[in-house]
Amino acid sequence: MSVWDDLVGQGPVVAQLSAAAQMSGAGGRPAHAWLFTGPPGAGRVTAARAFAAALQCLETPRGCGHCASCHQVLQGTHADVEVVRPQGLSYGVKEARGLVLRASSAPTGSRWHIVLFEEADRATEGAANALLKSIEEPPARTIWLLCTPSPEDLLVTIRSRCRPAMLQTPPADAIADMLVLREGVDPETAAVAARAAQGHIDRARRLATDPQVRRTRDEVMGLPRRLTGVSPAVMAAETLVKAAEAEQKARTSELDEAETSALRKALGESEKGRMPRGTAGALKELEERQKSRAKRIMRDSLDRTLLDLASYYRDVLALQLGAGGELVNVDLAPELRTAAGAGRPEETLRRLDAIMKCRERIAANVHPQLAFEELNLALRTG
Amino acid sequence: MSVEPIILVIGDEELLVERAIGDVVASVRAGDPETEVIDLAPGGLEPGRLAELTSPSLFGGSKVLVLRSAQDLGKDLTAQVLAYAKAPADDVVLVAVHHGGAKGKALVDGLVKLGGRKIACPKVTKAGERIDFVRAEIRRAGGKISADGARSLLEAVGNDLRELAAACSQLVSDTGGKVDDAAIARYYQGRAEVSGFTVADKAIEGRLAEALEQLRWALATGTPPVLIVSALAQGVRGLAKVGGAPRGARGASLAKELGMPPWKIERVQRQLRGWTGDGVARALTAVAEADAQVKGGAADPAYALEKAVSEIIAARR
Repeated sequence: MSVWDDLVGQGPVVAQLSAAAQMSGAGGRPAHAWLFTGPPGAGRVTAARAFAAALQCLETPRGCGHCASCHQVLQGTHADVEVVRPQGLSYGVKEARGLVLRASSAPTGSRWHIVLFEEADRATEGAANALLKSIEEPPARTIWLLCTPSPEDLLVTIRSRCRPAMLQTPPADAIADMLVLREGVDPETAAVAARAAQGHIDRARRLATDPQVRRTRDEVMGLPRRLTGVSPAVMAAETLVKAAEAEQKARTSELDEAETSALRKALGESEKGRMPRGTAGALKELEERQKSRAKRIMRDSLDRTLLDLASYYRDVLALQLGAGGELVNVDLAPELRTAAGAGRPEETLRRLDAIMKCRERIAANVHPQLAFEELNLALRTG
Repeated sequence: MSVEPIILVIGDEELLVERAIGDVVASVRAGDPETEVIDLAPGGLEPGRLAELTSPSLFGGSKVLVLRSAQDLGKDLTAQVLAYAKAPADDVVLVAVHHGGAKGKALVDGLVKLGGRKIACPKVTKAGERIDFVRAEIRRAGGKISADGARSLLEAVGNDLRELAAACSQLVSDTGGKVDDAAIARYYQGRAEVSGFTVADKAIEGRLAEALEQLRWALATGTPPVLIVSALAQGVRGLAKVGGAPRGARGASLAKELGMPPWKIERVQRQLRGWTGDGVARALTAVAEADAQVKGGAADPAYALEKAVSEIIAARR
């Protein structure tokens, strides 16, 4: 067992990181800032966390995965590994300044003070500039680990100061093997889930193990069949957005309530539920944060829907062009063949364009229902 | 001096509050034209400042001290104001402006107990009260208006008292006192508070000139572009939903299925004349484009909206 076990199909990166960790163990100083990039779900954060564990490991060779230090890092409880996980749509300059301050402190008990910034691309430009100085010349024993989907997501000034660790899309076979070995999924389901997830490990795991997630995907994949006219297309958009809203509410409401009541208590709520003077601002701030988080969850789930849809039309296009290669949605092969026979590749390409345009629309804050109505109407005619 | 030394202005109708303060100042000035008016912004009063402001001036002369947002004074300052009110200085009129809520009630009660005069300026919320207001305004300016005339002026100008007051005095001076429907129609045409829904209805019914005119009014009266887009979207979406419903379906079951109230369905059914499925699709696409543009995608939201409206109308058969 070692800390690298959770990485699927990432041989070269593991070799690179492991070598750096061994060098650190031998008294060397690894690069002060690392940038983990790779497609969503390939395991950027997993790789960064494994690297942090290997750097803090007490055994030789570094990265044993069973010493107290490794264990703490992997559990997220190590005192000298700070994990930054933006919850909202963006990470502001105010938070970034606080982070810089904390990052400049010396480690309490281990060799390195590690700051692991998940989704560093959520940092606003102001926040990134605030971080720049600290990433450029960090204190002697601080190491930054940043995770973004691609290097272009960061300011060029930050990017150029980081050692890159580039993860690749894990091969479907490797994911399927992992599902069989770790989750005990039967090989056939594992293969279908691994292909449908398109290299997203966590998504593959949930597709293989959670029936609710599978149902949602089937629902999305059934969309093209339901676009029989203008009215059904508009209704389908409503159903889809409402479902995403319900999912987001289910995920956030409980969390929101717990957070709010905890904060009210901390601020000194009286028995009758009255709040002391001057606390409304703090509650308001929390509410804003919660709203931003809810919006983000909603957007993420809509984006996943769009990517699933895109994979459907990608398969249709591949069949129409006779491109060979494996289908993403192996389980839908008969339907995909019918759809491929019924249309022309130009139409499919236009549909794919419409999906990508819809993603842009959602990112530009267009009302989701309106964006999906436009999409469905475009998918209907091709 | 004929004015009471302590006056309380209670309420949050800004225009009336301003007027009440103005009246007090005017009546003090009637006795002493040199009166100094000290207008203390919210938070302008610090401990001890009150004594300084109310102490007699070296040169004599009276003062009007206006305390804005008296509800926010806090416990200590309230106590100081009350202590002063027990023995008010000569030649000083203290006007405390309170928004009328429960906050800072101790000050109101205390001042009333000490003989302060109350002037109530509550928000005007009912349509009848607004009509009374308009008629009183016209009378005040020296003119005359009928109740119907007042109503059409309300429809044309909107509900903001300040604007109404300005419109009244303007009308009286333009017409020489006799304000009738013809005069109102002449000076205030179509200028009510236009909502996005009016624009959407005109656009869906294919009336380009009216739709653009209403759109301009809506933008000019401060309706946010985002709301107009969402009204357009709702209108076109309604067409799509009702248009796809089975021919015979009617009434409550249809309303439930579409998630729209029955009266709205009936209206959309009337509007559906002139629309085809593909036309609705084109219109909805135009609205989606407009939504992206008013949310920062374009330099000029007004242009994006006008384009959307004309595209909706062009999408009709």
